[in-house]
Amino acid sequence: MIHVKFFASVRERLGRSALELEAAQAVRCVGDVLSQVESITGASLSGAHLLAARNQVHVPFSEAVADGDEIAFFPPVTGG
Amino acid sequence: MRIKVQQEAFDLGAEISAHAQPEAGAVVSFLGTVRDYSDAADILAMEIEHYPGMTERELERVAREAQRRYNILDSLVIHRYGRLAPQDPIVLVAVWSLHRAAAFDACRYLIDVLKTSAPFWKKEITPAGARWVTDCPGCRAGTQHGHVHPEVVEEL
Repeated sequence: MIHVKFFASVRERLGRSALELEAAQAVRCVGDVLSQVESITGASLSGAHLLAARNQVHVPFSEAVADGDEIAFFPPVTGG
Repeated sequence: MRIKVQQEAFDLGAEISAHAQPEAGAVVSFLGTVRDYSDAADILAMEIEHYPGMTERELERVAREAQRRYNILDSLVIHRYGRLAPQDPIVLVAVWSLHRAAAFDACRYLIDVLKTSAPFWKKEITPAGARWVTDCPGCRAGTQHGHVHPEVVEEL
């Protein structure tokens, strides 16, 4: 399974904070995870300024994913 | 190098005293407070969401990098989450060093980098409703003083 988490405006837009994806051949990179999320939720996130993390480290959407990964999507951070 | 991510308020003086470094000749601290981002509405509160686990990791990474880049003895970062009131302290960065230059530089580095990398998100609560604070390229650059925030421009 791939554990997907959402934060802040992304979480609100999707109406959920997490979902689980079957690790499948078609899901090779973080961008593929996002496509799956969009098809499952019916929400489009492509217009949003999105960042991603894999196992709690910032990564580009081209980053490869593996079974058991925690992938997160969120807007640009505004702490400090 | 100490990192604290907490809901509770903290006291600047007490934190500095509690983490005193006997060899240090300088301690530089930055205290960030809840401000009114918008001229158009009163801010009743600020809600800060974070990504538990990644937040701590990311702050540790930034603090380690500051330690590597600058000649400092120690650093402390405290960042709050949850619901805060205007003027409440949100973040404290403190750096101890033998001499002041390294402490100033490392403190500036820590706050500038954590603002763009630590997974925190601010939401303003106003009488008209709530809205997410958007990131600002000027704030992100950290070196552009006196810049105008884009969302404020929109509302004027």
